Amino acid sequence: MSNLQVSVYRYNPETDSAPYMQEFQVDTKGRDVMVLDVLHMMKEQDSGLAFRRSCREGVCGSDGMNMNGKNGLACITPLSDVVKNNKLVLRPLPGLPVIRDMVVDMGLFYKQYERIQPYLQNDTPAPAIERLQSPEDRDKLDGLYECILCACCSTSCPSFWWNPEKFVGPAGLLQSYRFLADSRDTATRERLSDLEDPFSVFRCRGIMNCVAVCPKGLNPTRAIGKIREMLLADAT
Amino acid sequence: MSNLRSLTFDAIIIGGGGSGLRAALELAKSGKKTAVLSKVFPTRSHTVSAQGGITCAIASDDPNDDWRWHMYDTVKGGDYIADQDAAEYMCSEGPKAVFELEHMGLPFSRLDNGRIYQRPFGGQSKNFGEGGQAARTCAAADRTGHALLHTLYQNNLKNNTVFLNEWYAVDLVKNASGDVVGCIAMCIETGEVVHVKSKATVLATGGAGRIYASTTNALINTGDGIGMALRAGFPMQDMEMWQFHPTGIYGAGTLVTEGCRGEGGYLINKDGERFMERYAPNAKDLAGRDVVARSMVMEILEGRGCGEKGDHVFLKLDHLGEEVLGKRLPGIVELSKTFAHVDPAKDPIPVVPTCHYMMGGIPTNIHGQAITMDESGNDHIVNGLFACGEAACVSVHGANRLGGNSLLDLVVFGRAAGMFIEGALNEGIEYLDASESDIEFAMKRITRWNESEGGESIPELKAELQEIMQTSFGVFREEKNMLEGVDKLAKLRERIANAHLPDKSNAFNTARVEALELDNLMEVAEATAIAALERKESRGAHSRYDYPDRDDVNWLKHSLFFPATKELKKRDVNFKPKTVDTFEPKVRTY
Repeated sequence: MSNLQVSVYRYNPETDSAPYMQEFQVDTKGRDVMVLDVLHMMKEQDSGLAFRRSCREGVCGSDGMNMNGKNGLACITPLSDVVKNNKLVLRPLPGLPVIRDMVVDMGLFYKQYERIQPYLQNDTPAPAIERLQSPEDRDKLDGLYECILCACCSTSCPSFWWNPEKFVGPAGLLQSYRFLADSRDTATRERLSDLEDPFSVFRCRGIMNCVAVCPKGLNPTRAIGKIREMLLADAT
Repeated sequence: MSNLRSLTFDAIIIGGGGSGLRAALELAKSGKKTAVLSKVFPTRSHTVSAQGGITCAIASDDPNDDWRWHMYDTVKGGDYIADQDAAEYMCSEGPKAVFELEHMGLPFSRLDNGRIYQRPFGGQSKNFGEGGQAARTCAAADRTGHALLHTLYQNNLKNNTVFLNEWYAVDLVKNASGDVVGCIAMCIETGEVVHVKSKATVLATGGAGRIYASTTNALINTGDGIGMALRAGFPMQDMEMWQFHPTGIYGAGTLVTEGCRGEGGYLINKDGERFMERYAPNAKDLAGRDVVARSMVMEILEGRGCGEKGDHVFLKLDHLGEEVLGKRLPGIVELSKTFAHVDPAKDPIPVVPTCHYMMGGIPTNIHGQAITMDESGNDHIVNGLFACGEAACVSVHGANRLGGNSLLDLVVFGRAAGMFIEGALNEGIEYLDASESDIEFAMKRITRWNESEGGESIPELKAELQEIMQTSFGVFREEKNMLEGVDKLAKLRERIANAHLPDKSNAFNTARVEALELDNLMEVAEATAIAALERKESRGAHSRYDYPDRDDVNWLKHSLFFPATKELKKRDVNFKPKTVDTFEPKVRTY
């Protein structure tokens, strides 16, 4: 089997006036390794290649990137899932400023996460033990709390590309709904009133790129739909 | 050197995992000027990978559960070198810390009565080992670490904690009296190096599983705090004690939670035999992790391993059914499909014991204060230095940690360190400022890398180190092999001291971070190797062919490795809990 042809986005602000694509030949010995393994092989050829990684098992959300046109996590994406004609093109997550190579500035993404007040709010005194929650109420958090903040969804969303300052984006809204749906949270009204402008939620156009790329199989579009319903019910 | 910019805090917490964030939360609430300095965005810390749960006697599954039973299990699990005052503190304070997490929003799974779901884990018993298996591990499906870490991060946001994210701590700064007064740190994004001044420096840097070739640990687990403390001359405790988790996915090393066996899964050999029934007739697959890991290796060595090479065994889960798997172990189904190409609802998962957890670390008291020992064997507090979580050795885990006790350790002792530092700051802390030469000393290492002009490559040296540790300091150990390992490590240390950092650029230079991490891996590996060679007995996770028995006469002790002389000394284990009778050492069977 011939070497894998990898084309990777390079940009070092200290030395490069503009970004460029660099070609690598990687010998995977015919194995169906993960894209992250390929990045490590390339880094052995060129130690300057910068990318983030941590858990290497799809739970920390460090290595979200664009692989042959689709966002995903490099550590749980086997070559067989993305490589076409023996070619792999790796780019940083779209729509965020690049710091270096595959490393993007996640500041805007985190800002939108912080904006939705991503923490439980409950104005009643806490009991001496845990607050009780029925298994049915707890089930409502499934598909929401598992978000790993990898930004694959928000950076594949055209509405977020256009209005990253004003549209919360799929990741932030998924987390917003995670707290709206939590039977223990008492800040529903405040949370909703914070979102009722034309941009925060309503810029979602139901394109569903977020659903297509989420490496955890979550569905931000559905959560956004639920928030819309709550906002509309609240308004009437 | 004085052109270094300095940042000043009351307390600096190095590490943004569970223990660091819990300590930070306590200090942020108190209004002290605190910062968390983390080499990754906090939710990328390794706590996120914890799966099965947090063990704690909250008396949910069993209303009669008792923290003393949990303490007994912990002390026995640690093969009697856990400090009993620390185990007592963790197990008795635990429920408070877990309820706090729930109040903060942690989405625990639930029982029908609305209380937190608890599952059985290894080494758990009721009534001091007499009442059968307990179910004491509080779980959020099999994503408890993720749920816990995100909850703590969220509550730190709520309390306006200052974060220095993607900053790397290089070395501790000591003043002329030997007090720790801060650290040298590098902003990864810009490459800027600063002097962080602080009255309390907390090492919450986690484990160092990356000293082994095969590990469940994240790529970032390089023992940075251990390396910093050793270079600053402070001793390390019980570094020979490394836990090999029975169920790492064969080939990939990714963790499969003990919760699988807690939910009813079990291990089989190539004949389909449930072999743990032979090794641990009572607890079977839920014996201590060290016991299960050794049994698996025995099966493999005796020719009953699975696969073409006979070098692993199988974890059978299909009999649990898709509903239980989907509800209780959804993350495992995902990981198994991704990394073993196996659907556990249909086929067993190939697994092998894999390096998982460092029981040893920076010796501390229950307040997180770092401890050293003088010539006559007396303990002394190291002024200004604290540690909590996996980087610390309190010691609640002794020679073998019980499943689910790691997350409890993080929150109980993170919280304890935070509370203690708050009190100390209120009383007032004054240390001498660091001098120019003190700062220069702490800058030595990064300067060395930045000035390197040639030499061997970092990834190759790292791979060699990992291979040495894997070969000579694995599940079973013996003198000859370990002597070779120690010798190879000594040579490797020289080579690393002359290795080359080719990329000297400033912006997000991950090669520089990896160079600095390699130094830390080297420190951890050496401390591990010498401690393992010198502890001439088998206890808990430290198992020797040449000394197969536990030796309470000589080794009912902590080991203490001193970096300057590379000597191993013994330190007394605490057998004086405050409110319960001492658990006297007994033969440890399951």
